[in-house]
Amino acid sequence: MLELKNINFDVETEGGNVSILKNINLNLDENKIYVITGPNGSGKSSLAKIIMGIYKPTSGNIIFNGEDITNYSITERAKLDIGYAFQQPPTFKGIKVKDLIKIASKKEKNLSETCEVLMDVGLCAQDYMNREVDKSLSGGELKRIEIASVIARELKLAIFDEPEAGIDLWSFQRLAETFKAMHEKKDTTLVIISHQERILNLADKVILMQSGEVKEITDKDKVLSEISRADDACKCSASCEKGAGKNVKCDR
Amino acid sequence: MLNAIDKKILETVADIHDVPQGAYNIRKNGKGESRKTTKNIDIVTKTDKPGIDVIIKSNTKNESVHVPVILSATGLTDVVYNSFFVGENCDVVIVAGCGIHNSGCAKTQHDGIHDFHVGKNSHVKYIEKHYGEGEGTGGKVLNPKTTFEVEDGGFVELEMVQIKGVDNTIRDTEVTLHKNARVIVTEKLLTYLNQEAESNITVDMEGENSSAQIISRSVAQGNSSQKYHFNMVGNNKCKGHTQCDAIIMDNAKVVSIPEISAFNSDAQLIHEAAIGKIASEQIIKLMSLGLTEKEAEETILEGFLK
Repeated sequence: MLELKNINFDVETEGGNVSILKNINLNLDENKIYVITGPNGSGKSSLAKIIMGIYKPTSGNIIFNGEDITNYSITERAKLDIGYAFQQPPTFKGIKVKDLIKIASKKEKNLSETCEVLMDVGLCAQDYMNREVDKSLSGGELKRIEIASVIARELKLAIFDEPEAGIDLWSFQRLAETFKAMHEKKDTTLVIISHQERILNLADKVILMQSGEVKEITDKDKVLSEISRADDACKCSASCEKGAGKNVKCDR
Repeated sequence: MLNAIDKKILETVADIHDVPQGAYNIRKNGKGESRKTTKNIDIVTKTDKPGIDVIIKSNTKNESVHVPVILSATGLTDVVYNSFFVGENCDVVIVAGCGIHNSGCAKTQHDGIHDFHVGKNSHVKYIEKHYGEGEGTGGKVLNPKTTFEVEDGGFVELEMVQIKGVDNTIRDTEVTLHKNARVIVTEKLLTYLNQEAESNITVDMEGENSSAQIISRSVAQGNSSQKYHFNMVGNNKCKGHTQCDAIIMDNAKVVSIPEISAFNSDAQLIHEAAIGKIASEQIIKLMSLGLTEKEAEETILEGFLK
């Protein structure tokens, strides 16, 4: 359903051109869950923003259900039922949570449907419906509202940028279930940028990125086993590849 | 008789479609148009200068007074002095507002000078809306002056709204609070084209445990300019908080001058002021929900000024 062909993305900086994404080729199938993982700065968010149209690729093409959407605006892509949940959601003075959900919903949602969307992200609808989406909300609350605004849209392709950030462990299981339900009931293809084991567990395919490239497309078992191996290595510092007992920087 | 233009103006400035319920005084082109008093609310024409005295008896609850002004003649300068005497233990809504329909080329101006005396333990909600329209090139000028004297335990909510339409406005508001008195001022303003707006608000907290909150939200578009000067003065144990927030667009100018003055060591005063444009993330977020860039901008401004 989504095809990325030879996507390159460069940005100009004072020190010259920096290549953020290098020759990305991906083919995402309908009704699957993809988890993109990889170290910070590997280009995961940039890739998500290129799919949503927030960034324009320097070269390459994006094909969505047979249509070349490379030059489509964010709005045009949204109308094709592509959605994106921000890693750091913006705030809006004067716009209430229920207003945002209403904007997001294609068809008018009744009260109980709006409640449900909020409950899906672990928020008590009664407490939040009339709150403003402003800085009075905590980072975790904002993040959940952001996710709710994307769930409300009933999409063909939904991208979540590190949805776990700022969400407590208690709510997390619920969130994982919500993603699963979204995928099963609404046939939404999910692309989730995440480092979380519970999220990785949902994946049909895991896309591993490194230094702006797709390093590997694999299944979750392989990634999970690698994580557990690295975990063991951490616990038993004697076998740490970075050197036991040394004051070294660790990415994990 | 009220014609279609008058009714449209009335609807905008007073949220009423025809003649209002309760007490009212409608002023049109410098003259009294119609008036209604009730058992508890009397309206008397001033004898020394143009304007009215509105007298609200003590213990009047859940009643309203509308005093809208309509200016539909071009080249008119209308100065009016309205006094409101609110008794003790009242709970009333007062709606003032001025609408100008200037289809001519000469300047039309309305200077509404309102003073309020709010008795002990009374709650007054005062809503003031300003609106200008008309195809003519004549300027639409509104210069309201409002003063409030709030007795012990009184609570005043002031809502002032001016969205587009008015070319030039200087708004002066002064509030004096006595013991345990409270005021919340909410001001919303949108200017565009070459409009100019200035708002000066001074709150004097004279009494012990008085408190004040000023919330100002404004949007400056086109070549318009806005200037704000909010001053909170604490002369006693009191609390004051000013929030002044402006969205600036195009070639507009916004000047915000904060002032907090404490003359008592138990005065707690805070001033927050911010001027900035719409954040691009806000636009992008709403576009990603399917709105166009223009719709996103309108949604953000509408929420901001709501």
